[in-house]
Amino acid sequence: MGITVEGAFKRFGDFQALNDVSIEVPNGSLTALLGPSGSGKSTLLRAIAGLEALDAGRVLIEDEDVSRKPTRKREVGFVFQHYAAFKHMTVFENVGFGLKIRKWDKAKISARVHELLQLVQLDGLAERYPSQLSGGQRQRMALARALAVEPQVLLLDEPFGALDAKVRKDLRTWLRRLHDEMHVTTIFVTHDQEEAMDVAGQLVVMNEGRVEQSGNAADLYDHPANEFVMSFVGEVNRLGNHFVRPHDMSVSLDSEEGSEEAMVQRVVALGFEVRIEFVLGDGTEVWAQLTRGELQRLELREGQIVYLRPGQTKSFSGDASPDGGGASTPRGPAGGDNAEVSAAV
Amino acid sequence: MSGTATSRWGLRVLGLGYVLLLLLLPLGLIFYKTFEHGIAPPLDAITSPDGLNALKLTLLMVAIAVPLNTVFGIGCALLLVRHRSRGNPLIDAVINLPFAISPVVIGLSLFLLYGTTGWLEPALAEAGIKVLFSLPGMVLASIFVSLPFVVRETVPVLQEIGTEQEQAASTLGANAWQTFWRVTLPAIRWGVAYGVVLTTARVLGEFGAVSVVSGSISGQTQTLPLFVEKQYQNFNLPGAFGASVLLALLALTTLLAMNVLKRKEDA
Repeated sequence: MGITVEGAFKRFGDFQALNDVSIEVPNGSLTALLGPSGSGKSTLLRAIAGLEALDAGRVLIEDEDVSRKPTRKREVGFVFQHYAAFKHMTVFENVGFGLKIRKWDKAKISARVHELLQLVQLDGLAERYPSQLSGGQRQRMALARALAVEPQVLLLDEPFGALDAKVRKDLRTWLRRLHDEMHVTTIFVTHDQEEAMDVAGQLVVMNEGRVEQSGNAADLYDHPANEFVMSFVGEVNRLGNHFVRPHDMSVSLDSEEGSEEAMVQRVVALGFEVRIEFVLGDGTEVWAQLTRGELQRLELREGQIVYLRPGQTKSFSGDASPDGGGASTPRGPAGGDNAEVSAAV
Repeated sequence: MSGTATSRWGLRVLGLGYVLLLLLLPLGLIFYKTFEHGIAPPLDAITSPDGLNALKLTLLMVAIAVPLNTVFGIGCALLLVRHRSRGNPLIDAVINLPFAISPVVIGLSLFLLYGTTGWLEPALAEAGIKVLFSLPGMVLASIFVSLPFVVRETVPVLQEIGTEQEQAASTLGANAWQTFWRVTLPAIRWGVAYGVVLTTARVLGEFGAVSVVSGSISGQTQTLPLFVEKQYQNFNLPGAFGASVLLALLALTTLLAMNVLKRKEDA
């Protein structure tokens, strides 16, 4: 295994940041830690790097227990959300920092730094200071700096969180390609499910200091272990105890078996996709995702009465915790399906 | 002219007038008085054996007290900002004491500690160390009064830079010492530099505390500020003014040196 965390607990005052967390990240994989803020995902990442000390539990990197090792000896590359650029150093000096600490000679440092700057497409900017770079450039510099020392694992803490939408998307694609070339075991933290699914081969969904479920994107989307995962990795409508994805709602003008009467409240055109908001007879608000073509065929207007039939629904008995285990999907409780995850990566 | 423009000009005149009347006018008068009868009288006073000795002694005190307080100040700021503990508010308050207490009181307290009936006197006498009326006592007094400056200037800068750069350095393999020298210190250097300038100015100009512990013996334990007072009391006004101007120039030089360094770096 590339990275293993076993039974991790961490408490900050009254706040239980990690509550018995175990994950396994296969060698060479690109894994996303996904969860809302306060779910413990950043704490877990920082614990792997040794930037937080765990109250209990173990961290293994390449099957070696590093729990007692200080950060500087763990050979991890870490990229911070706000870059953590050394402001008084040039781009060249930033990237070469780890090599200088390792007492490489000047010629070797220079060669390696330029190789990395080429990799992150900053080659012409070696003599600039971080303040003279854009956010995206700073983050690429930070990535080159982390990669320079050839870390065993690469850890990214919301690496694109401070960037604007367009740059985010570009960097996302770019990171995935970079990983395809380098094959260094990588974990990145994000609260954006689309970003996680786009970049990572494997996802670990966290909530309230626990792992809710892990698996590949399709697994989580189609077979969520519980209500939390279902609503976090995609849009969802709630119909009593059942959950249904907005694109699984079929809309028809005529009543049919299993359909329910609803009134069109709002039609929102979002380009190719159209979002239609309905209110049901009992006052429940739901929405459906249709294509532009479907909308034109149905000629829906606000105030119109139509019939909704949920396609695939899911229900989760008991609470939404991973131990509930009562998902109607064939999947077992979260965390137990790592073997499958490994195979899927 | 609109109302806001009038009030803006009014504020400017008020501010400038205040500075002029209370700061620049007295200082300017000193310069004027010093050179009223040419450069010879003040120069003679400063280059007299007592004057030169006072200058040397003052510079020596700066050379000892400023580095010590710089090292202590940085260490203390790191402790206060980077290692949160329950004792920190107390340390923080104690560090401000020299600002709150009159220098004369500080001098007297040293007297009580090291004087002929003081607590530490027997042990020191046995070891043959003379603290009062000699350099050690004066240095102690200077360190005491100028202690807070570096701490006070460094703490906010340390808070502002945060810990991420230091954490990044540790993930890149740097130990605590390397992180301090290569990352933390360069990041806080202008805060420290400003603290050093203030410390230097204070040590150069300290009168009260040093006056009490030194005994102000001409040619031996007389610093420049004490020399100024002695000359003034002896009605040697050119000497008093000359030494005053020298003191002012020394302090201005340190301030200027920092500004030049900073501008060079920013360019």
